[in-house]
Amino acid sequence: MAYMHIGKDFVPPDVPGKVTGRIKYAEDYTRDGMVYARLLTSPIPHARVLDIDASAALAMDGVVGILTADDVYPDGEPQSTGLKILTNEPTLVGEPILALAAVDEKTAETALAAITVTFERLPFVIDPLDSLAEGGPDAYNGGNTFVFRQGFVQEKWTSDQVASFRAGNEPSAEAPTELSYGDLDASFSDAAFVYENTFTTAGYPHMSMEPRSALAYWEDGKLYLHGGSQSLTAFADGIAGIIGVAKEDLVFVNAATGGGFGQRARAGSVPVYGVPAKLSQKINRPVMMRVTREEEFTIGGARQGFQGWIKLGFRSDGTMAAADLWIVSDNGGKGGGGDAFSATNAISIVYQAEAVRLRGVSIGSNTAHRGAQRGPGENQIAAIVSPILDKAADELGIDRLEIRKVNTPQNGDVGGIQRQPFTSAYMPEALEQTAQLFDWEGRQSRRRQRNGSKITGLGIGQGYHNAGRSGMDGIVMMGADGRLKVHNGVGNLGTYSYASTSRAAAEVLKMPWESCDIVTGRTDLHLPITSPQDGSNSIFTNTRTFWGAAQDMLAKMKEIAASDLGGNADDYDVSNERVHQIVDESVGYSFAQVAQRAMELGGKYTGESELPEDLAEWTQIAVSRLAGSGFMGVYHDPAHSGNPPGFAVTAVEIELDVETGKVEVIDISSVADSGTIVHPQGMKNQLVGGAVWAIGLSVLERHLYDPQNGLPASTGFWQSKIPTYLDAPAKIETGWVDLPDPENPVGARGIGEPAMGSVSAAINAAISDALDGHIFNATPVTTDMIINHVAGISEEWVPLAQNNFRG
Amino acid sequence: MNPKLTRRRFIKGVIASGAAVTTTTMWYVANGQDRPAGYVERLIRINVNGQVRNVDVAPQETLASTLRYKLGLTGTKLGCNRGECGACTVLVDGTATYACSVLTHSVKTGMIETVEGLESANGDLHPVQQAFVESLSPQCGYCTPGQVMAAVALLRTNPNPTREEARQGMSGNLCRCGSYDSYLDGVMRAAEIG
Ligand code: FES
Ligand code: FES
Repeated sequence: MAYMHIGKDFVPPDVPGKVTGRIKYAEDYTRDGMVYARLLTSPIPHARVLDIDASAALAMDGVVGILTADDVYPDGEPQSTGLKILTNEPTLVGEPILALAAVDEKTAETALAAITVTFERLPFVIDPLDSLAEGGPDAYNGGNTFVFRQGFVQEKWTSDQVASFRAGNEPSAEAPTELSYGDLDASFSDAAFVYENTFTTAGYPHMSMEPRSALAYWEDGKLYLHGGSQSLTAFADGIAGIIGVAKEDLVFVNAATGGGFGQRARAGSVPVYGVPAKLSQKINRPVMMRVTREEEFTIGGARQGFQGWIKLGFRSDGTMAAADLWIVSDNGGKGGGGDAFSATNAISIVYQAEAVRLRGVSIGSNTAHRGAQRGPGENQIAAIVSPILDKAADELGIDRLEIRKVNTPQNGDVGGIQRQPFTSAYMPEALEQTAQLFDWEGRQSRRRQRNGSKITGLGIGQGYHNAGRSGMDGIVMMGADGRLKVHNGVGNLGTYSYASTSRAAAEVLKMPWESCDIVTGRTDLHLPITSPQDGSNSIFTNTRTFWGAAQDMLAKMKEIAASDLGGNADDYDVSNERVHQIVDESVGYSFAQVAQRAMELGGKYTGESELPEDLAEWTQIAVSRLAGSGFMGVYHDPAHSGNPPGFAVTAVEIELDVETGKVEVIDISSVADSGTIVHPQGMKNQLVGGAVWAIGLSVLERHLYDPQNGLPASTGFWQSKIPTYLDAPAKIETGWVDLPDPENPVGARGIGEPAMGSVSAAINAAISDALDGHIFNATPVTTDMIINHVAGISEEWVPLAQNNFRG
Repeated sequence: MNPKLTRRRFIKGVIASGAAVTTTTMWYVANGQDRPAGYVERLIRINVNGQVRNVDVAPQETLASTLRYKLGLTGTKLGCNRGECGACTVLVDGTATYACSVLTHSVKTGMIETVEGLESANGDLHPVQQAFVESLSPQCGYCTPGQVMAAVALLRTNPNPTREEARQGMSGNLCRCGSYDSYLDGVMRAAEIG
C-alpha cells in the first residue's frame, strides 16, 4: 500500500533538542526556593530499623526537613514484595530509609552523617539456592518467596536436593508452579537426540544513562513532578496511586527520558519519585532529588537471573519434539519478574515444540530488585537454547540454518503455553533474508579457522517477544488554524515511537507532516492513556489508537461537510488539507473551515457528548478538559485477537581468543519481522541498540555481590561492563521483511526486545562453534570461563552460582 | 585526552582543597558551597563558548557543576559523575574533557566549549549536530551532548577519519541505548558535510 508517512524517514521533533542539549531531562529544571533531598540508604542487606535519631541533623543550619517510612506509611508498610518509597525493613543494600532536605546538597549530606539509625541485622542471602536449602537464610521477613493472596512463604528443599541440582541434575523437588501442554513423555520418546543439563543466566542492572533524579513541588493543590519514564500517561497513572494524589491533581512533566529498558515503564519500579513529592508536601518547598550512579544501581533494578535445568528432544528431521524446564528465578530483594514463564513461552513459539513443560519457583535474594529488562526471559533463554540447537543439528547431520527453518514459526501457526495463534508470522522470510545479508553459505568455510590464538565462530539466532497490545485510547484535535494535534501519551524513551505512532493519524487525514503537531511531554496537556511503553508494544498498540482517533475525526469531517454542503458523508474524501466531494473537489471545506464549523456545532464534534464507552479514567480527565476547546477525534480501541509477534533473526561472526578468553564480535547481520516498517531509521536504531545489549548479555554483563557482607561490587558502568564502542563491530548490518500484519491498521508490530534476543542467541552459538561445540550453559560467557575451559579446568567454582562469580 | 590522568589530577585537587574524598560523597563535596579553610579566590572569570563569565566557584567544584548549576548550561549531562561515561564531555582548549572530573579552578584559564556553543550565530546547527540529526544518531539522547562534543574534538584533529578511527576516537563515550552504529554513521556524515 502506498503511504504518505508510513515507511518514510522523518526527523522526530525532539531530535534537534537532543543534539543541541536544549531538551530538558528531570534534573535540568530548577524552581525558585528549591531545596535538595539526599537519601539515607541501608548499608546492610537485610535489617530492621529500630530507631532513627535525627535530632542533631534537624538542628543544623540549612536543614529543612526529613521524611521517613513512618511519614509515608502511617498505617504501616505494605507487607508484600515490591519497592517502597522508603522503608524500615530494608532487604538490600542501598534501599532508601529516609530522605533529608537542605538548602544545598553538601548541607544535606553533612546532616545525613549526623543521623543515627539503629538497625537490627537479619540473616541475608545472596544466592537463591542457598536460601532454598533447608535452614538457609530467607531474603524477606517471613519467607523467601511471595505467593499472591497468601503472602510470604518459605520454600525449602533438602540440602541433598540442592546439592544434586548444583551437581547438574534435574531438580527432584515438587514445583509450586507447573505449566505445560502436550504429552511430554510421548514427545520425548519420539526424539532421536535429547540434550539435558543445568544452566545459569546472570542478573545485571539496567544502568540507564540518566539517573532517576526528580523534582517535585505543589502549587494550588496540584503536584508537579518532573521525572523520567518510558510511559508518560501510563506511568503518571501509576505514580499518582503510589504517591496518593488524585489523578486529576498530578502534573507529570517528562519531555525526555535517558533510557528505560523496562525499568521505567511502570511506576512500581520508580516509587522513589514519591520522596521529593512527599517531602515537598511536608516542607512546602520545591524539592530536587538528584540520584547518583551508585544509587541508580542499588534502586534501579536488574534482570532476573535463572538457575535452571533444561531438557530438549529433537526428532531425526530436526524438529523439536519436547522442551522441559525447571527454573529457579532470582527475585532479588524486592521480588518481581515473570521471566521463567516468558522464557518457556519463547521456546514454544520460536521452535514450535510439540510438548512443553515449565516447573519453577521464584526465590528472593538480598540483591537488586528484579523486574522487566529488555526481553525479560525470552532473551536469556535464547542464548541458552541456540547452542543446544546447533548440537542437535550436528548430531543429526542437519545444517544449522536448516534446523531453524524446520522449526520456524510461520503464518497460521500457534505458539506459547496458551497455544495462541499469531496475527502473522514471517520468520521463514527473516531466516532467508538474514542468510543472504550475512552470506551464511559463503562464510561456512571460515568456520573454526584458527589465526594465531584466535578462532572464528559463526552463529545464527532467533529472537521473539510478544509485540502488541490493544484497548487504549486516542485523542486528536484540530483548531481554527487547521493543524492536526495528536495528543500522545506514549512517552519518550528514545525509540521515537511517540512520534511514529502519531504519523498514523496524519496518514488517515492525508495531512502533510508539517501541518501536524505532537502534543506530549507533560500530562497537563491532556493526553490519553496508553499501554505502558514496554514489551515492544507501542508501535502496534498506539498506531491502532491514533489511527482510530483520526478516523473518528475524518468521519465527523465528512458528516459536517455533507450536512452543510449537500450529499452523503460517503460522497466526501480528504486531500490537500481539505474535505471535499469526490466527484467535484471544489465543493468542500478546508480543514481550518471544517474545524471552525465543528466548534460552532459543538456536542460530539468537540468532545462534549457521545464519547466512546470504556475510555480510561485518565483519558476521561483529558477529554473533559479539552471538551469545547476544539474539533476532537476520540477513540477507544477494542481488543485485537491473536498474538502479534516481534521476530528477529541474526547471524554473527566472532573471533574467540583462546589465550585471553576474549570474544570479539566481528560482524552482525540482523533482520526484523515486525510487520510494516513505520520508521526505517527508528527500526535500524532498535536493531543496532538491541545488538549492543546482546553483546552485554552474552559475554559481559553481570552484577556481583560480596557474599560476606552483601555489598554490591558492580555499582558503576565499568564494573557492570556495559558494552562500549569497542565491544561492538564498527558496522552492524540490518534489514527487515516488511510484510503487513492484518491486526494493525498500518500493518506494524514491535521489535525492541527480539532485536536483542536474536543477537544473543547468535553470539552464544558462535562461541560454542569456535570451541568445537562446547556448551557453557551460561550467560554471560566470561573470559575466565573460556580460559578455564581451554585449560581443561572446571568452569565453575561454585556450580550454578548466582549474583557471584560462576567461574 | 587521558581520562586516567585527568581523574588523578582531579582527586589530587580535591584532596588539596581539604575535603574528604570517598566515592559516595564525592558528588556532594564537588557541589559544596562552603568556604574551606584553605582559601582560594572564588570569584573567577571563565571563558565559556567565547563569552567571559564571572562566576563564584568553590575550590573543589567540578566544571560540570559550574556549567550546569552556576551557568545554567544543562546541555552538559551527568551520567556517572565519576569519569566513566563521557556524558559530561566538553572541550577545554579543544581537548575532549570529562567535565565531571576536572575542577573548574584547574581549567579557569582555558577556552571551554559546551554543546550550547556549537550552533552558528544565525542558529544553524554545527555539521556534527546536523549529521547526527540526519543519521538519527541519538536514541534517548542523554549521552548525545557528550557524543557531539567528542565528535567535534575528533573531527578537528582528524577531519576525515576512517570508520575504525572514528570508533576508536569516540570510545571514551558510553551509550547505554547502544546507538554506537548510528553515532558512527553521524560522525562519518559530519566528515562529509563538514
Ligand atoms: S558524567 Fe562525567 S564521565 Fe560520566
Ligand atoms: S542515546 Fe541513550 S544513552 Fe546514548
